[in-house]
Amino acid sequence: MAMAQALPSDGVMRAADGTPLKVALARAERRERLKALGLVLPLFAFIVLSFLVPIFVMLYNAVYDPDVAENLPTTVVALQQWDGKDLPSEEVFAAFAADMKKAQESKMVALIGKRLNYEISGIRSKVIATGRKVGAIEAGPYKDAVIAIDKIWGEPETWATIKRSSSSYTPFYLLAMLDMRQGVDGSIEQVPADRAVYIDILKRTLGISLLVTFCTLILGYPVAYMLATTPQKTASILMIFVLLPFWTSLLVRTTAWMILMQDGGVFAQFMNVTGITWVMNLLGVMDGPPELFKTRFATVVAMTHIQLPFTLLPIYSVMKTISPTYMRAAKSLGGTPFYSFIRVYMPQTLPGVAAGCLLTFILCLGYYITPALVGGPTDQMVSGYIASAINTENNWGKASALGVILLIATLILYYVYNKLVGIDRMKLG
Amino acid sequence: MAVPSYFTTGEKIAHYSLRVFVMLVLLFLISPIIAVMPLSFNSESFFTYPMPGYSLKWYEDFFFNDRWTGALRMSFFIAICTTILATFLGTLAALGLARTNFPAKSTIMAILISPMIVPVIISAVGMFKFYAQLDLASTLLGVILAHTALATPFVVITVTATLSAFDKTLMRAGASCGAPPHTVFFKVVMPLILPGMISGALFAFVTSFDEVVVVLFLASPEQRTLPLQMFSGIREMISPTITAAATVLVLFSTALLVTVELLRRRSEKLRGVQA
Repeated sequence: MAMAQALPSDGVMRAADGTPLKVALARAERRERLKALGLVLPLFAFIVLSFLVPIFVMLYNAVYDPDVAENLPTTVVALQQWDGKDLPSEEVFAAFAADMKKAQESKMVALIGKRLNYEISGIRSKVIATGRKVGAIEAGPYKDAVIAIDKIWGEPETWATIKRSSSSYTPFYLLAMLDMRQGVDGSIEQVPADRAVYIDILKRTLGISLLVTFCTLILGYPVAYMLATTPQKTASILMIFVLLPFWTSLLVRTTAWMILMQDGGVFAQFMNVTGITWVMNLLGVMDGPPELFKTRFATVVAMTHIQLPFTLLPIYSVMKTISPTYMRAAKSLGGTPFYSFIRVYMPQTLPGVAAGCLLTFILCLGYYITPALVGGPTDQMVSGYIASAINTENNWGKASALGVILLIATLILYYVYNKLVGIDRMKLG
Repeated sequence: MAVPSYFTTGEKIAHYSLRVFVMLVLLFLISPIIAVMPLSFNSESFFTYPMPGYSLKWYEDFFFNDRWTGALRMSFFIAICTTILATFLGTLAALGLARTNFPAKSTIMAILISPMIVPVIISAVGMFKFYAQLDLASTLLGVILAHTALATPFVVITVTATLSAFDKTLMRAGASCGAPPHTVFFKVVMPLILPGMISGALFAFVTSFDEVVVVLFLASPEQRTLPLQMFSGIREMISPTITAAATVLVLFSTALLVTVELLRRRSEKLRGVQA
């Protein structure tokens, strides 16, 4: 019992300096943990400040829009009493005239017009004109004077729109993404068919992503199978064909497709030479020479080309781990090669298939550059609409609402991916 | 690879059609890159075969025209700054995360690699608006910070992967031989994780060097990078110089990533992992 003899009289083990061992150990562990935290902290702070905060601030615009509430402050207060049925009272018009005068001085009229125009087409110019003329109204009654400037102020719907915008927080943009809006009485209704575009954009994004994922799977699975089953030497040579495009920048590959897909370009020449054009014309799929540039076909081909390695490589790495003895066993038990492949080999590759397809699908959802360069106006996906909402419309609410939807979809899918594969084990080539 | 003699006719057909199919897919993968390269030597400014003559004038334009050389220099400068920052921050974080009992490890990891997950258009637009309020939009610093955020996940992942197989008893061995912590780091840890650090750095470099969406929003003409120059060129009318630029970029990124592959093998050998 050497151990017992070493214990001091009070039964507490002590470190060299006399502190109880338990305390010393806890202290050392705490020091270790602090050191680890200290190492992670710089990057953590950097990512949060330079990346996450900007994104959250931007996405906040999807529900926060103070343009009307801030620039028509007394009007929106006066409108609280309005029942929404008839025209608002004289009081509201007086407040409106006063607010508009101020807004004209502070040059905020255009902002009010822009915001209201999202809900009532064509009101922008009328608001601006009203801003110019409102200064001429010296005294009441304001109601008739304001309606005299433009008939639009005699419409209850105009006032209902302003009343809805009276809070700085609005569900307008997010509802619009689902082709919904708040009606005059505040209930949620479908928007008229001519303004319902967003569901189409979301469906199109999902449709293109699914199609590309499917194409990469159909093309990638046999290649992965061959790479995994041929001898290492041949496989490493074939692997170059997969990795070289994988390593080439996305912009370069998109540019290449853009050049090849020109009308009368190399791809069309290829179709002519190989007789594909002739067959297509015979089948009535095409009429005359191929016109591929700025089409859905070109977009899907280019995206499939870019995403193929992302689907293929996870499948390949799973296939590498499947022992060939399983197939031999299946065959020796009397399975035909086809039956054995379907029942024995394929189920084992499913984790790789799921990982590859999920990754490709997630990445497809966020595509921007390729559809913008190779596709036509009707091939743009959610990202393209986010970009144009900012570049051409300067509509941050819309861009943010689209961003919220895209981000939520991406995060949910990544959550699944993480459960399935583990995000930090993602293939980097 | 010959077909085994015991194969039935059906199996032979399946075998050969698989091979033909795979060859076609591989051709599809490589053809756009191979097809564009020769066009960069075209003497005329159109993009069809056969080419009427050969010329190096597009390369001359690429290597001597100020617009392109300026863009190339800008890209290198931004990418190098990004690489240094990202490698430093990413390696530190990976070292911290590798320590045992790290609290909320998976949450912190998810946050650190979020720039790789968020669709790039959202990152670009968000950073553009926020940086504009801080007067960082249209500045070199803004672009470098944004690129660093996008590039660090790659460093974190590669260094973490290298560290996961790192034998921690080596550090204790170093310490028990009397080395202070920094000596242990520079003499024991660093040489072993260096391949991971370098490949992370190369990934960071390539991320910044190829990045176009963020610069599209965040950069002014003064920070015109090579991808931005290419992108703005192709939207209106494609200049054949773009094919020359594409060829150079393909060769360049291939060289970089072959280096990554070699480093990965070396690191596996160092760690004693069977390839």
